[in-house]
Amino acid sequence: MKRRGLRRQLSAQEGLKEIRIAVLGGTTTNELVDLFELLLLNSGFRPTFYQSDYGRYYEDAVLEPEIISNFKPDIVYVHTCSLNIQKFPPISCTEGALPDFVEAEISRFREIWKSLEANAGCQIIQNNFEQPYSAVLGNLDTVSPGGASRFVAELNRKIAAEAAANPRLLMQDLNAIASRIGMNQWFDPERWFSYKVANSVEGSFAIATSLASMVAAIYGRSRKVLVLDLDNTVWGGVIGDDGADKILIGKETPVAEAYTAFQEYCLRLRDRGILLAVCSKNNEDVARSGFAHPDSVLKLEHFSAFKANWEPKHENILDMAKELNLGVDSFVFVDDNPAERAIVAAQIPGIAVPDVGSDVTRYASIVDAGRYFEPVSLGKEDLARAQLYGENAQRAQLQQQFANYGEYLDSLEMTAEVDTFNPTYMERIAQLTNKTNQFNLTTRRYTLAEIESTVSDGRHIGLYGKLSDRFGDNGLISIVLGRIDAADPSILHLDLWLMSCRVLKREMEIAMLDGISERARDKGIRTLIGYYLPTAKNGMVADHYEKLGFVLVSRDQQSNSTTWSLDVANYQPRSRHIRIMEKANA
Amino acid sequence: MPDLLPEIQEIFRDIFDNDKLIITRESNASNVEDWDSLAHVNLVTAIEKKYKIKFGLGELQELKNVGDMIDLMKKKLAEK
Repeated sequence: MKRRGLRRQLSAQEGLKEIRIAVLGGTTTNELVDLFELLLLNSGFRPTFYQSDYGRYYEDAVLEPEIISNFKPDIVYVHTCSLNIQKFPPISCTEGALPDFVEAEISRFREIWKSLEANAGCQIIQNNFEQPYSAVLGNLDTVSPGGASRFVAELNRKIAAEAAANPRLLMQDLNAIASRIGMNQWFDPERWFSYKVANSVEGSFAIATSLASMVAAIYGRSRKVLVLDLDNTVWGGVIGDDGADKILIGKETPVAEAYTAFQEYCLRLRDRGILLAVCSKNNEDVARSGFAHPDSVLKLEHFSAFKANWEPKHENILDMAKELNLGVDSFVFVDDNPAERAIVAAQIPGIAVPDVGSDVTRYASIVDAGRYFEPVSLGKEDLARAQLYGENAQRAQLQQQFANYGEYLDSLEMTAEVDTFNPTYMERIAQLTNKTNQFNLTTRRYTLAEIESTVSDGRHIGLYGKLSDRFGDNGLISIVLGRIDAADPSILHLDLWLMSCRVLKREMEIAMLDGISERARDKGIRTLIGYYLPTAKNGMVADHYEKLGFVLVSRDQQSNSTTWSLDVANYQPRSRHIRIMEKANA
Repeated sequence: MPDLLPEIQEIFRDIFDNDKLIITRESNASNVEDWDSLAHVNLVTAIEKKYKIKFGLGELQELKNVGDMIDLMKKKLAEK
């Protein structure tokens, strides 16, 4: 437990994203924050913390909110536990009286959230309540309106409903986190009475792990791909030796059932938007035959990438990342073989390789405990993603039949919707600014509140673009945000231009240029100024403005960043292969 | 039973992030810089984890210095 040394080592990494987090606690939060900091450093963030004094979560949030607003947090975490519940209903409480007790307790939290929203305007994470430490009514404690367990359940239902209705409020399921550890291992009365720390150090670590994954999710850094080995990972036995009919899968034996359960877990991940991929040392036809097994839950069509050969696994995974247009830091690799895990972990910085052991009954819970795929919300985008990437594979096949690229683009029958920011898409827009790294000219990150303010301040022109084609809807995939020069209203600075890589080389950038130029011209703007700020990942757009016919204005010799301009006074639309739908929601 | 002092010193060095820190039986919160209540929680937790023992409520309040703590640890380890 060399915590300090580890902290120093992790802090020395380059390229960490600075974030500011205020932790308002009903308990002493220092241990939790120490662990949280380590986990954030380990996942690419450099946090600065504000911590309320013990128990002052309400006072800091509601009575002295200027402390929080002066700190300028990106995220506020309100950490309370069932020991902080002020008034439990009496044992004699009736069904009729219970809602008032619930409302009294929740309204205090509602005040906290409201004040934080008004004063800090940032993302709020609020945990729900773990089970009470005693249940004097036994089993009836959850049934009777006077039971503490029943009260906690009612409060948790309310908090969840508030979080579902408010995109600024995320709920952390402390109740589930504590239950998985077990209340007897969670609550440590000595620590509570001596130091006002309510849970064991294992508990603090579990809370911190969950928080770090929520932060990663808020900034769009959750992982997206689960790469699976085959033999003794998704089925029992070695298919090359035993034959496809002899692998252990199905419901016939306990071992086969366990592999089936793991396959079902993987399929549930896919259903919620996680891409599945295979990386196996096998002959490809033999590997594929395993999924033709009648009892195999996973079928070939569930995989977005399939590598079965005798090349080193890390090379296969790097190839896969290129094909899927995703960074390897969004991959999780599951293999029963510790040697394969070790080499993949060593050769591919950023990939997650959980130590799943070699016991299939543990795989799912170990992957789950890593919280790699944490979503902050489940959009239609997430649910449709696996399908989207499947459609991309079809598009790639189609592409081969055309000699002329323009002909191929026409065959896609693309339709774009390009329009100014509107409330329906704010969350998706903020999400895209935080997770797009490659096709991103300036890599500026925006919170939901910042994006919303660009609409209300009247000094910005923000455009989103959606693209669909004959294979399906790609969703909202591009954003251009222009800022009108404060001194010279004939100049528009393009603070942001980004696009999802799933629609690369589709001339969507031309459709976006048409959109921004026309709207700029309508506002009396004569000149667009574009900026390219190089990062480790956005090399692909170094010549973006040049390709669009902008003129180079300057180049910074040190940073290699460039500034470009385009005269739009006489701009003519250029899009040839995409049909633009004007004002789709007007 | 091994001499616990060098091992305890290692734990202190990690918690206080100071490789040169020297701990004696006479060390206590008033003569070790930075030994505040938060460091104290970390120290107790680290010792409990390493030796798989648990200090009871109030037991620690009785202690005057590291020497007392080592004696209490020895007693607990012997009872295991």
